[in-house]
Amino acid sequence: MSNTVIQVENVAKQYRLGEVGTGTLSHDLKRWWSQLRGKGDPYLRIGEANDRATKGNSEYVWALQDINFSVQKGEVLGIIGRNGAGKSTLLKILSKTTSPTTGNIKVKGRIASLLEVGTGFHPELTGRENIYLNGAILGMTRREIQGKFDEIVDFSGIERYIDTPVKRYSSGMYVRLAFAVAAHLEPEILIVDEVLAVGDAEFQKKCLGKMKDVSVSGGRTVLFVSHNMAAVAALCDKGLLMKNGRVDLFSDINNVISTYLTHAKVESDGFVRFDGTEKERFGEKQYARFSSIELQDVEGNTTDLFSMGEKMVIRLEADVSRTSDDFEIGIGIGNLHEVFLHYLVSTWEGVSSINKKGRTEIRVEIPRLLLFPGHYLMNIWICIKGAYYDDAIHNAINFKVEEGKLNGHDTYFERFSKNTQVYTPSQWTIS
Amino acid sequence: MQPMHHTEGQWTEVISPKSNLLDLKLKEVWRYRDLLLLFVKRDFISNYKQTILGPVWFFLQPLLTTLMFMLIFGRIAKIPIDIPPMVFYLSGITLWNYFAECLNKTATVFKDNANIFGKVYFPRLVMPLSIVISNLVRFGIQMTLFLIVWGWYWLKGDISPNVYIFLTPVLVMVMAIMGLGAGMIISSLTTKYRDLVFLLTFGVQLMMYATPVIMPLSRMPAKYQVFIKANPVTSLIEAFRYGFTGNGVFSWAWLLYSAGFALILLFVGTVIFNKVEKSFMDTV
Repeated sequence: MSNTVIQVENVAKQYRLGEVGTGTLSHDLKRWWSQLRGKGDPYLRIGEANDRATKGNSEYVWALQDINFSVQKGEVLGIIGRNGAGKSTLLKILSKTTSPTTGNIKVKGRIASLLEVGTGFHPELTGRENIYLNGAILGMTRREIQGKFDEIVDFSGIERYIDTPVKRYSSGMYVRLAFAVAAHLEPEILIVDEVLAVGDAEFQKKCLGKMKDVSVSGGRTVLFVSHNMAAVAALCDKGLLMKNGRVDLFSDINNVISTYLTHAKVESDGFVRFDGTEKERFGEKQYARFSSIELQDVEGNTTDLFSMGEKMVIRLEADVSRTSDDFEIGIGIGNLHEVFLHYLVSTWEGVSSINKKGRTEIRVEIPRLLLFPGHYLMNIWICIKGAYYDDAIHNAINFKVEEGKLNGHDTYFERFSKNTQVYTPSQWTIS
Repeated sequence: MQPMHHTEGQWTEVISPKSNLLDLKLKEVWRYRDLLLLFVKRDFISNYKQTILGPVWFFLQPLLTTLMFMLIFGRIAKIPIDIPPMVFYLSGITLWNYFAECLNKTATVFKDNANIFGKVYFPRLVMPLSIVISNLVRFGIQMTLFLIVWGWYWLKGDISPNVYIFLTPVLVMVMAIMGLGAGMIISSLTTKYRDLVFLLTFGVQLMMYATPVIMPLSRMPAKYQVFIKANPVTSLIEAFRYGFTGNGVFSWAWLLYSAGFALILLFVGTVIFNKVEKSFMDTV
């Protein structure tokens, strides 16, 4: 128990919805009156669970309820959940920018938070001045900053601009500098929220590496909130999945991620009709528009469940208002971290003509599905060769692959599916 | 913070809904003293960046106000003053500006800094303290201007300073405490009730007329004098003028009244501020 650095006990947080202002005075007076008579706060008893989608009856809502968990020294805890699940509220309470309504949190050591990098940067001040100011805001003393100044500048990679006011910086430079300051903090507990959304790939990699360093060699604890599952999986040991203001699952990070991802995806049953409400749909749709996707197994049944090595048929339907011999239609098959394992592109197979306007059916057959057991998703796109997508849908459909008797004998592929996801057939002779 | 139990290990901190109102966390404020100074520096630098005259504006502003007052109240309204009007107005304006700036800036501290406060924790008290100190720097510059003008008239023999001149640091401190205290009370209330911000700008302006900045206390109509005297800023300005020019009303008891008033404001202000800082992010 002595290694527990954060202990969260029964934490709950209530917010008042709507306009704060009208009626505030009357609620305050009522609250004060009932406290005067020795009764509790009348508004604490009401309130509803935090579900953004349903319209509640109460003016008060519980953004967090019954939060209990603990974090050990040196652990990197990933906090994930859909928007509005209460992740940020929890971090705000941990970083003391707001206080819980009930419950308490016990902490061992100094907490520093990076709820958003660059907090307190003043546009008129130079990079150098902002390093000092930002460092001090994050809890460093001037001496500590002085000692790390060169390291910070070096890490940010913007040495040339260090005496230029930050208002002249590009947004990338701004973030680099801000993260560099934050990364050199030395608190026992570091809270990081969505910082990796910005900056180029090289810098993101540097940041992830730095955070890993902080926890492994520094023995410090990191709480990390992100929607980037690949980053969460790479960095964290444990995961906390939040749902409607409650803890849905607190476990090993891989468990948490796969639970989250399977919850997050809509069950497709092998057929999805596109109605324009897709979250990630791109392109002008001037001459082509996908209307549905269907997955069929070897017997022609519509399904989202396949066996390894089985045949898969993908049927796309699109409305096309132009004929051309230069079409490119593509399908990407990726895992749930959105790492793409296979691309199927019509032009690679010598197919690029659509000669008839109107409803068009595109049939793609995969003779043997060379994927390990697990969950997968598909992206689809259509365009004229070399041009930007006319219609593209990310995460158009998802499916599951099961262990199958691929070659007529038991294989236990599942055993390897944590490490790899693509199967390559091979022929073996031993003599 | 709650008392720590040894059976539960050495928790360095417990985050809980309520905290002791009198726990001012001054130790923590001390630990963040570098931040305080950096805020002061930031305010100073950002104030005159991209202006041609730079810090000269600190001089120009009270000087122009003084000239305007001399014209309007001296020449046009012909309010009689016993000492050179330049010294009279400038002394009042310099001191009053310090109080008004402390009050105005502190009063909106939560609103102005919501974006920093919402993301990072540091003892919130650092912010109002830094405001009082940055204004002190500004006051110092304006005071130099006053001293030049005052020195000129002193050499000319128009005014006769006395030993009470050495009370100045105390007067400034009482002023700072009063501005800080009142500002913190108002800032805590404005997080919920924004209406006060509008009242404040008007109130501060009105209060200047209830303070002998424009008209010496001795020349004010007798029936209003009691209100003017009740204003805790009045005694400070009068004492300041008395020390520097030998002209004004001075009494230890009256000064003590102002000091007591300031301390009460500071105490109430800090307690309310502490209560509000924990949850203001939800209402601001």
